[in-house]
Amino acid sequence: MSTPFYVSPQQAMADRAEYARKGIARGRSVVVLQYNDGVVFVAENPSRALHKVSEIYDRIAFAAVGKYNEFENLRIGGVRYADLRGYTYDREDVTARGLANVYAQTLGSIFSSAGEKPYEVELIVAEVGDGPEDDQIYRLPHDGSIVDEHGSVAVGGNADQISNYLGQRHRDGMTLSEALKLAVESLARDTNGGERTLTAEQLEVAVLDRTRPQTRKFKRVLGRQLSRLLEEGSPEPEGEGEGEGGDAS
Amino acid sequence: MDFLAGHQPELLPRNRQLPAQGVIEAPHGTTIVAVTYRGGVVLAGDRRATMGNVIAQRDIEKVFPADEYSAVGIAGTAGLAVEMVKLFQLELEHFEKVEGTQLSLEGKANRLSTMIRSNLGMAMQGLAVVPLFAGWDVDREKGRIFSYDVTGGRSEEHVGYAATGSGSMFARGALKKLFRDDLSEEEAITLVVQALYDAADDDSATGGPDLARRIYPIVTVVSDEGYRKLSEEQLVGTVRAIHERRLEEPDGPRAALL
Repeated sequence: MSTPFYVSPQQAMADRAEYARKGIARGRSVVVLQYNDGVVFVAENPSRALHKVSEIYDRIAFAAVGKYNEFENLRIGGVRYADLRGYTYDREDVTARGLANVYAQTLGSIFSSAGEKPYEVELIVAEVGDGPEDDQIYRLPHDGSIVDEHGSVAVGGNADQISNYLGQRHRDGMTLSEALKLAVESLARDTNGGERTLTAEQLEVAVLDRTRPQTRKFKRVLGRQLSRLLEEGSPEPEGEGEGEGGDAS
Repeated sequence: MDFLAGHQPELLPRNRQLPAQGVIEAPHGTTIVAVTYRGGVVLAGDRRATMGNVIAQRDIEKVFPADEYSAVGIAGTAGLAVEMVKLFQLELEHFEKVEGTQLSLEGKANRLSTMIRSNLGMAMQGLAVVPLFAGWDVDREKGRIFSYDVTGGRSEEHVGYAATGSGSMFARGALKKLFRDDLSEEEAITLVVQALYDAADDDSATGGPDLARRIYPIVTVVSDEGYRKLSEEQLVGTVRAIHERRLEEPDGPRAALL
């Protein structure tokens, strides 16, 4: 039996954080922005079947970057938590804050338990309120901390650079089309300042729309509706969120 | 408590047996009817809940959305039935979110069947739940109706109409004489209200439209656009028209003799 080398706890934690951060930065980014009628999620994701953005409950959605199997696991856990809570008490009693807490506990205990490798994921949990001031966006890094975000947030890839870009340009009361175009611009910028073009096929877009009549406010923006929103001029006509496109599936 | 559970478990509240004899008095819901039409299916129910000979509630709602493309109406013990529907809604929504796709209409109908079967013990005590399930089949592009018995036996109603609950035999008689294959949505809505009117006419446990209190049947439509519940304003015209006609002909429209 070989004698293990002594590794200081600080060093062990720093190594684990470094490992998780590298894994997260490898993938493409997801950005989340508030707009006047809710919250929009934009991810660069060519797959139609494997989602980075999903519905959790009536007013709550989830976005993640990192390893698919790990965040899928967390997503299903979140859906279970929300459905069970809503069934036991009431649909109103399921909140993003509660869900973010559960995620923070899970991520935190995995991060600090010596037996397991830390999860290489970063999550966003967002809840749409009755007005823009009631919207909540929480960012959950790999180590189990919670960051309460406002306006715009980016995770994964070169998140710092994108966050900066969004922070300078995002303002309150944007329309869906404006917010969407800003999100796509930010995702299209390369690390070295170059620009790529992202088409509707390469994007996964979903909204939590407070104006939806259904109790479930989550809706994927697909196909023609997405192309139309991307092409739209700055002053957009009324009732643009209607029409064909996805249901809450 | 562990000691008790180990030695005399029947003394713990959760392990107490239900009384074998004696009827538990609980509110019961009564009549549900469903009719398919060209673009979907209409599911409707009256508003009365009875407890023995007493009207327990005048404005109970017994028809619910199961998910975006289906609805369920319940007859039988109201408390158990509402709980069953709540659990059914939860299961469909949970499946949809976890799998990222909706269950097939058959799958939903089968799931409900299992839930009714699990209630068989209670049904033997007189607390039966017998729902009617209707929905829009997205793959086959048509409205479909499934009826159940207390043991969870499921049967699809291919004739295009169905009824369940205490007033169902009278409602079914009316549906049989008035149903046609080429109904429009408005005609199908009129038909279900007529059938409920006839059920209320002959069954004391079914409530007719209450014009004085403005309590009208619950009428829901499931089409390719999804589930929709008719509002009071949308229904009042139909209900009043039927009522006016019945003042002249109390037995309702007459079918041809030959």
